[in-house]
Amino acid sequence: MNSTQRSVSGSTQSPRSPSSQPYLSVSVTDPVKLGNGVQAYISYRVITKTNFPEYQGSEKIVIRRYSDFVWLRDRLFEKYKGIFIPPLPEKSAVEKFRFTAEFIEMRRQALDIFVNRIASHSELQQSEDLRTFLQADEETMERLRSQETGIFKKKPSDLMQIFKDVQSKVSDVVLGKEKPVEESNPEYEKLKHYIFELENHLTEAQKHAYRLVKRHRELGQSLSDFGKAVKLLGACEGDALGKAFSELGAKAETLSVKLQKEAHQILMNFEEPMKDYVRAVQSIKATIAERANAFRRQCELAETIKLKEINLDKLMLTRSDRVGEAEIEYKELKAESEEATRTFETIVRLMNEEIVHFQEQKTLDMGIAFHEFAKGQARLANGIADAWRSLLPKLELCSSS
Amino acid sequence: MMGSENNGFEEAHLYASREEMENHVLNDPLNNKSYLSYRSALSSLSETHNPLSPPIVAAPADSDPLLSPPLQYRDLRKPNVPDNSYIEPPSYADVIFSPFDGDSVNDVNGVESPSRSSDSSQSLSRSPSSSSEYIKITVSNPLKEQELSNSIVPGSNTYVTYLITTRTNIPEFGGSEFSVRRRFKDVVTLSDRLAESYRGFFIPPRPDKSIVESQVMQKQEFVEQRRVALEKYLRRLAAHPVIKKGDELKVFLQVQGKLPLSSTTDVASRVLDGAVKLPKQLLGESVVAPDEVVQPAKGGRDLLRLFKELKQSMANDWGGSKPQVVEEDKEFLENKKRIQDLEQKVNNASSQAESLVKAQQDMGETMGELGLAFIKLTKFENEEAIDNSQRVRAADMKGLATAAVKASRFYRELNAQTVKNLDTLHEYLGMMLAVHSAFTDRSSALLTVQTLLSELSSLESRAEKLEAASSKIFGGDRSRIRKIEELKETLRATEDAKNVASREYERIKENNRSELERLDRERHADFLNMLKGFVVSQVGYAEKIANVWTKVVDETSGYAKESS
Repeated sequence: MNSTQRSVSGSTQSPRSPSSQPYLSVSVTDPVKLGNGVQAYISYRVITKTNFPEYQGSEKIVIRRYSDFVWLRDRLFEKYKGIFIPPLPEKSAVEKFRFTAEFIEMRRQALDIFVNRIASHSELQQSEDLRTFLQADEETMERLRSQETGIFKKKPSDLMQIFKDVQSKVSDVVLGKEKPVEESNPEYEKLKHYIFELENHLTEAQKHAYRLVKRHRELGQSLSDFGKAVKLLGACEGDALGKAFSELGAKAETLSVKLQKEAHQILMNFEEPMKDYVRAVQSIKATIAERANAFRRQCELAETIKLKEINLDKLMLTRSDRVGEAEIEYKELKAESEEATRTFETIVRLMNEEIVHFQEQKTLDMGIAFHEFAKGQARLANGIADAWRSLLPKLELCSSS
Repeated sequence: MMGSENNGFEEAHLYASREEMENHVLNDPLNNKSYLSYRSALSSLSETHNPLSPPIVAAPADSDPLLSPPLQYRDLRKPNVPDNSYIEPPSYADVIFSPFDGDSVNDVNGVESPSRSSDSSQSLSRSPSSSSEYIKITVSNPLKEQELSNSIVPGSNTYVTYLITTRTNIPEFGGSEFSVRRRFKDVVTLSDRLAESYRGFFIPPRPDKSIVESQVMQKQEFVEQRRVALEKYLRRLAAHPVIKKGDELKVFLQVQGKLPLSSTTDVASRVLDGAVKLPKQLLGESVVAPDEVVQPAKGGRDLLRLFKELKQSMANDWGGSKPQVVEEDKEFLENKKRIQDLEQKVNNASSQAESLVKAQQDMGETMGELGLAFIKLTKFENEEAIDNSQRVRAADMKGLATAAVKASRFYRELNAQTVKNLDTLHEYLGMMLAVHSAFTDRSSALLTVQTLLSELSSLESRAEKLEAASSKIFGGDRSRIRKIEELKETLRATEDAKNVASREYERIKENNRSELERLDRERHADFLNMLKGFVVSQVGYAEKIANVWTKVVDETSGYAKESS
């Protein structure tokens, strides 16, 4: 599998050289609030720069909203079974935060990463739906968006539930067995177990990362309050000590600002990548569900064919006039079965490649996130040390006076 | 707890290798949620040898395990630290830890409570003349004892005694080291006697009596809190330049057996005594005895005097005529206002300090939890690893987790220091109570003087009237003459009492003044030390935390090229 286009998800992917190398770079920018009241939503500017022949022209700008991205994700999920479709940021459950600057920025960033990951995936980037998404006018997009119904609107976790339900129905009715049909592949079992466990661990870590953001904000706030109180106390004291107090108070307020900044940094560069990781794992779970569906279908058809074969033989023995009909049916089923097998095997093959890439990519993503986080923490701590250290000469002066 | 001493020393060698850290992290009592609130932390953390959460206690222990690791941190420290840093040691990590080394510091420059010894290398501006004097008091070894009474229910009169050990070279004590056993009731007695003897002085407030049931009284935590509070109290008393030379404290610290200070009478017997006196007072003219005049009316047994002074204070507030002596000292009134303002500001700062401590605490906890979550992830990835990228990621995670756990520990240690540092605010709030008491002494002494003056003037006018009346009768009225004589006698006694009361009032005024001076001076020094201690520990720990994260930055620097 060539990996020429598998690069880091970044907001701008500048072309290597204008005409020789094929490039497709997208940026999601410029969030604008539109509409009123309950109907209000955010629209984004999606700018595409490409030299792919299938695209109309080298640059295109369209306006898209969140549900358009959802449409794209659902279409890709349906068409490219076996590939881990890049995850989308969640729909916000809490009305209050839907239009905060922070939320809007986080969503914009996540959407940008989403589209770029698709654009850098060697298979997904060929998608016609992607082309539609990047180029179609708003009306067309709206029409397509409203057509989407049924299963594709569901979240991956819902898919899992459907998969389980269908599983139990099928196993009871068609195969007459109690147990659901599952692959007996120990390596795959191990992978499934790994993915499910991983989600738990990651969710916990992400939760603590989010709390850490809050703690930075809280520490910033309390330092600010403390600084103010100390300044007031200094005003009471007067003379050198009073000055010392007010300088301390001022420093505390400065550090409070630093802490708030760091909180934001942690949110964007550490907590959000962790959330992204969790979403990616959930996307894999959806693919696992698809694979199970495909496997089940393959088994189903295999069983049905067996029954049809037996039936056909019976008919041939009795020289029934229904033989011809049965033969046609049998041929059709055989084709379907082969198709199902192909689908399933493709999924297996793709998944194997995808998982390797996934692990590599995540190591890279996490490495960057850790690096940024550590940088931020070191910068903050050094800032704190410097700020307090600068006070000491003044305090020294106070005691000698 | 979980072998606190042990953990402290094991932690000393943590920083050497990651494996050790992981093991300790996994067994670590970081999951212990029994973290102290600010107020209880104050009472518990100032004493080094107490069995509380290991991460806090480990640092100030006698042989400081954390003094060795800074060696490796020196290399990793930011190269652009200004060279003109005036503090000699290369890193604040060292500066922080040595002064907090247990009790030895307290021997310097008189007694200081541990919170004030934040920078022993600095000479304090106080008591330079008595710098060769020292007195050190330790409270320890609480024991349950039985009261010898004929109580029907056995064991109902148990109480706790504490061993109070004093080491001193002050000659008045006539000894260099001695111990007594005292119970809390004795401390209350001491405190009451001091309040009587040292009117006008800022007497450190004693620990609260606690109205809890006897079961709680004997719980270890309560006893320990009380022990710490008692020690603090006695040390503060011994730091007071006047009280420490007084008899009351000496007797308390030295005399074996039962405390030979008259114990406080309870209200009931006070009222009884007062009731016994009352008929005599109502029937005849009673004058306040000079020795009683030097005590406030309130809390005494002389009910009639109490009524008279109450009447006087009403007259002061609502009466038309101004009393003859009023609080005129402008300087005092200004100071009083200033102190009130100060109290409010200190109170405010104290509660903000409490919030700050809580926020630092929470930061440390969450950082630790994050670290643990990543440790778990590391283990998981390593166990399930199929390809190499997973192992690399696991290693990266471990680096982050280790740093987070270390940083978490530093936050919590910093917090312990912050609590100690900012404890000074809390202490001065306590002092405000003493100031209020001293000002109350003054105003009640003034009231006594005013009352006696009023009485004098009313007695004088009565005497005048009587004399005028009797002079009209030739030869005089024997009974009236007798009355005049009695009245003159009362007048003289009242005059004496007034003089004593006036002297007492002046004395208290002078005490107030000198104490205010002392308060301002000492507060200046103490607050300065507080600020220094606070800043130094903030710097020291920030440096340590920065080093921890810088290490991770270096380890993950390979990824830096990848990001835009």
